[in-house]
Amino acid sequence: MNATAYVPSDAAALAVGAEEVARAIQRTAAARGDEVQLVRNGSRGLVWLEPLVEVATPAGRIAYGPVTPEDVAGLFTGGFLSGGAHALRLGLTEEIPYLKRQERLTFARVGIIDPVSVSDYEAHGGWRALRNALAMGGAEIVEAIVQSGLRGRGGAAFPAGIKWRTVVNAPGEIKYVVCNADEGDSGTFSDRMIVEGDPFALIEGMTISALAVGAKRGYVYLRSEYPDAERTFRSAIAAARSAGCLGEDILGSGRSFHLELRRGAGAYICGEETAMLESLEGKRGMVRFKPPLPAIEGLFGKPTVINNVITFASVPIILDKGAKYYADFGMGRSRGTLPFQLAGNIKRGGLVEKAFGITLRELLYDYGGGSASGRPIRAVQVGGPLGAYLPESQFDTPLDYEAFTAIGGMVGHGGIVAFDDTVDMAQMARYAMEFCAIESCGKCTPCRIGSTRGVEVIDRIRQGERRQANVELLRDLCETMLHGSLCALGGMTPFPVRSALEHFPEDFGVPGKAARAA
Amino acid sequence: MSSTSSSGAGGAVDRDHKAIAEAIEAHRECEGPLLPVLHAIQDRLGYIPREAIAAVAHALNLSRAEVHGVISFYHDFRAEPAGRHMVRLCQAEACQSVGSEALAAHARARLRVDFHQTSADGVFTLEPVYCLGGCACSPTMMLDGRLYGRVTPERFDRLVAALERDK
Repeated sequence: MNATAYVPSDAAALAVGAEEVARAIQRTAAARGDEVQLVRNGSRGLVWLEPLVEVATPAGRIAYGPVTPEDVAGLFTGGFLSGGAHALRLGLTEEIPYLKRQERLTFARVGIIDPVSVSDYEAHGGWRALRNALAMGGAEIVEAIVQSGLRGRGGAAFPAGIKWRTVVNAPGEIKYVVCNADEGDSGTFSDRMIVEGDPFALIEGMTISALAVGAKRGYVYLRSEYPDAERTFRSAIAAARSAGCLGEDILGSGRSFHLELRRGAGAYICGEETAMLESLEGKRGMVRFKPPLPAIEGLFGKPTVINNVITFASVPIILDKGAKYYADFGMGRSRGTLPFQLAGNIKRGGLVEKAFGITLRELLYDYGGGSASGRPIRAVQVGGPLGAYLPESQFDTPLDYEAFTAIGGMVGHGGIVAFDDTVDMAQMARYAMEFCAIESCGKCTPCRIGSTRGVEVIDRIRQGERRQANVELLRDLCETMLHGSLCALGGMTPFPVRSALEHFPEDFGVPGKAARAA
Repeated sequence: MSSTSSSGAGGAVDRDHKAIAEAIEAHRECEGPLLPVLHAIQDRLGYIPREAIAAVAHALNLSRAEVHGVISFYHDFRAEPAGRHMVRLCQAEACQSVGSEALAAHARARLRVDFHQTSADGVFTLEPVYCLGGCACSPTMMLDGRLYGRVTPERFDRLVAALERDK
């Protein structure tokens, strides 16, 4: 029989055996004389069900998962090519509640299309925004981004349109557009999923940004820990170029934009935008003083738009459906959606794109299904290694930039890492300081020295050495790092440390009230 | 930074020189060429030989100190060859929440090395890594550039044994 089947080539799917499943399907189909067109899509983001295999049927795509190579023979005998019964059959993919209840704007195509097929991208609404942008003036594009309320999705949440406007107004012939794809926060993988699952969305978003600010050249700074993403993105750049959507004379407009991928080299600090610029220039990833802002003096001293992958990948839908469409999602000053990533000790880990305003509890339990271990979730770190640890009493906080700031946390890049009740929060606080020590660029003293001293002080507290005095010292140290560091690494490492101390004092061997007295 | 590179056969020295020259040639015209050049050298040779520093510095009009400074700053660049197989275990928060530290202890014992070390037979180098982007299928590791998720000690042993067989 003839059929189209989908097996993701997303790194997480490959990590749990998708390649072996794909080969088993091809082998079995050949042996049986079935004609199977195998599409290697991105991941739907239901990572706990990976490898998730889908087949196209007249009713829609039917999902099976998690599939092992050993299951493949049984799938064929069960008639899975026409959506037949099997113990792993999950029904229509779009009807799986985890997916059905999401609001997928940025991730609308991820897992659906062939990531490196220009025509598949176009068939699913791709390049419409670029055509619109080519018919607009730069100021008009910038205005649409401002109106959409889109804020930088990398963590700092600065309004993207305002940043673009600054670059437009900065004097100079040469300007750059740079994408920060140095997704180093533990618990985050949405950038990777876009680069692997819908790379043209990123290319289209960056091209639109370049048209808006008058840049002719751009870079994607991708971390080296993502080799699969690198391969996909290199193919995507080549495909977009040969299709005339990138490079010289974009879509026959006479405008040009040249995009190049640059691989990072394993330094977390290069996710900080000025360190990333240094790295792109071929230097050590040392943080720069600000001002000047990169929008005025950025890459090679030229005005530079720097945004994260998700920010750029959200641009096409805004220019396609309009700023209002996008801004109608969300709450308060957090407009649109954020792709949250459920990670760590969680039963149903994966990607959940929702409008701002959803609570942590909904994400952890309605989507995540509680902990993977079956034990109570005790702490959750939101926003990566620099994000606060939140106790159960704060799980009802809505995910909104301002609401999180109000409780001393941050939404950051939307990573959510769950820990069950076996976690030692003093150990996690120690790790936060240790990570800062390993990854500090060394430019400023509070970060370079403070992080090492932080590890030592926490060790003393854990060993019971003058506990109360050392807890006060740790609090002092956190204050110094918070106010005296040059960038967010040193400046925010105190967030996980202080929140652990605040909410889980018993793990430090100090009574709650005493810990707060300092 | 000490290097044991290419002290042996002249063939290895020639190979190194050729790789370094080609890496420089392929990237010298691009903007900010140093990282692409260093990556290209390491992709070919597995590390950055000491003699590459002077050659790269000269070609890119940098001081040797600048090139050395960049190599030593980034975790990825190696001044010495690694083992034949690179094992990178994620030790970041998401993996910690599901037992990456116990997995690391298991890996150390199984490979008889600590982090940042190469086994005595030169087969395995063990490195920690802080996030591989597989946080929804933790614990994760990367073996020779390939990502593995939901890694149990048993799965670790199977994967390592397979590499030992075809060394």
